[in-house]
Amino acid sequence: MEFMRPTTLAEALAMKAATPEAVPIAGGTDVMVEINFDKRRPGALLDLSSVAELSAWDLRDDGTRIGAALPYARVIAEVGERAPGLAAAARTVGSPQIRNRGSVGGNLGSASPAGDAHPPLLADGSTVEIASVRGTRTVPAREFFTGPKKSVLEPDELVTAVLVPAPRGPQQFAKVGTRNAMVIAVCSFAVALDTEALTVGTGIGSAGPTPLRAVEAERFAAGLDWDADLPESAARRFGDLVAQAARPIDDVRGTAAYRRHALGVLARRTLTWAWAEYRRSGCA
Amino acid sequence: MRVRVEVNGEQRVADDVWEGESLLYVLRERLGLPGSKNACEQGECGSCTVYLDDVAVCACLVAAGQAEGRRVRTIEGDGLEEVQQAFLETGAVQCGFCTPGLIVAAHDLLRRDPAPADPDIREALAGNLCRCTGYEKIMDAVRLAASRAKGRAACD
Ligand SMILES: Cc1cc2nc3c(=O)[nH]c(=O)nc-3n(C[C@H](O)[C@H](O)[C@H](O)COP(=O)(O)OP(=O)(O)OC[C@H]3O[C@@H](n4cnc5c(N)ncnc54)[C@H](O)[C@@H]3O)c2cc1C
Ligand code: FES
Ligand code: FES
Repeated sequence: MEFMRPTTLAEALAMKAATPEAVPIAGGTDVMVEINFDKRRPGALLDLSSVAELSAWDLRDDGTRIGAALPYARVIAEVGERAPGLAAAARTVGSPQIRNRGSVGGNLGSASPAGDAHPPLLADGSTVEIASVRGTRTVPAREFFTGPKKSVLEPDELVTAVLVPAPRGPQQFAKVGTRNAMVIAVCSFAVALDTEALTVGTGIGSAGPTPLRAVEAERFAAGLDWDADLPESAARRFGDLVAQAARPIDDVRGTAAYRRHALGVLARRTLTWAWAEYRRSGCA
Repeated sequence: MRVRVEVNGEQRVADDVWEGESLLYVLRERLGLPGSKNACEQGECGSCTVYLDDVAVCACLVAAGQAEGRRVRTIEGDGLEEVQQAFLETGAVQCGFCTPGLIVAAHDLLRRDPAPADPDIREALAGNLCRCTGYEKIMDAVRLAASRAKGRAACD
């Protein structure tokens, strides 16, 4: 096995182009488990942890650019207010030790349908920045995932950042698991209110082959009366539409029927919380 | 490959390290520091918790090469004695397998939050499993360490 330690992004991209089969490693919280258990024996590891550009974040006109390898703990502490949905999801990841290492770029790299970073990135319309020696491109998070553990990433590409738009309203994330910490989601849901466009973004986790949007639920929510409190019937209808958008399967963590039911509950609650926050803040 | 890493204040060199090896393996099997425990190798139990450049991490999930040129502090290092003492006095150590990782995790909590509420202690230790104590004595240990640090601050 080869161990490659680039210290600049240009170097990392050149190495990835020369050795496309090299497996990137950021926090290692997915990669090392696979290696320790002999599930993966890559010919080469490409260590991203010394590439300063990937562990930084900066402000843009339209939002925040979060480096792919920035650990969750720093996402929470440093950009929590600029990316509230993502930070809420990050708080539920693993344990302090896992949040000190694990990164959004690694979550995207694994592209697990259960990845907790994904629903908020879908809900708030974030984009994924991808680079290779051929250049840089951006892909909406909503189009990043192509199947279970599959994404649009080409073998010579790295995720360099996510671009999270400046929040234009309350955002919420909720997750069902067997305990309050250290759980892979049975299902999860993120909602983001855009109180300027008067739209609602959604993201469903762990209830389909990829993270999903609930398009019908979004359409329904956009038609709500934004000058009034949220009627309970509307919250319920929103929950039903989210449940219908899911494409869950039975597995060790839960049955499809349970997931669908739980998602409806999560969606109803998170929209209710977000709407109450919106009404309280008086930004109508 | 060769890995150079500062461990507990000392420059150390490990040779013939396999590229897929973990920092935990290097510490235990190559550098003679068996304090950090190996239980699950998948980040679930926290018994391998060490400081890497002052950040508490699971050493089993750090690739050895990622520690190159960095600083590691293990249970064998300095500065953890007070938390260690509190664990001893409260009976928070039974078989002791979880203890080294818990002490680092508890130490990490107390330097961020010298007077943690119980839910904060539970949250901070959520990544450390103990199969013996039932956790209550561990809660006592962290509370004791916190109260001593507070008492000392008041006398200063
Ligand atoms: C105990 C434990 C608990 C966990 N709990 C959760 C949880 O609650 N929620 C959750 O979502 N996940 C959880 N995980 C999984 C894991 O922590 C996350 O997926 C995390 O985001 C991975 O980030 P990383 O930096 O550690 O990735 P790594 O392990 O370094 O990499 C993961 C994958 O992404 C690729 N990759 C990494 N960076 C890039 C990049 N910049 N460009 C392209 N590819 C890249 C790697 O090659 C690899 O395939 C848990 C893991 C453990 C061990
Ligand atoms: S051995 Fe590292 S977390 Fe269990
Ligand atoms: S004392 Fe035995 S595992 Fe904790």
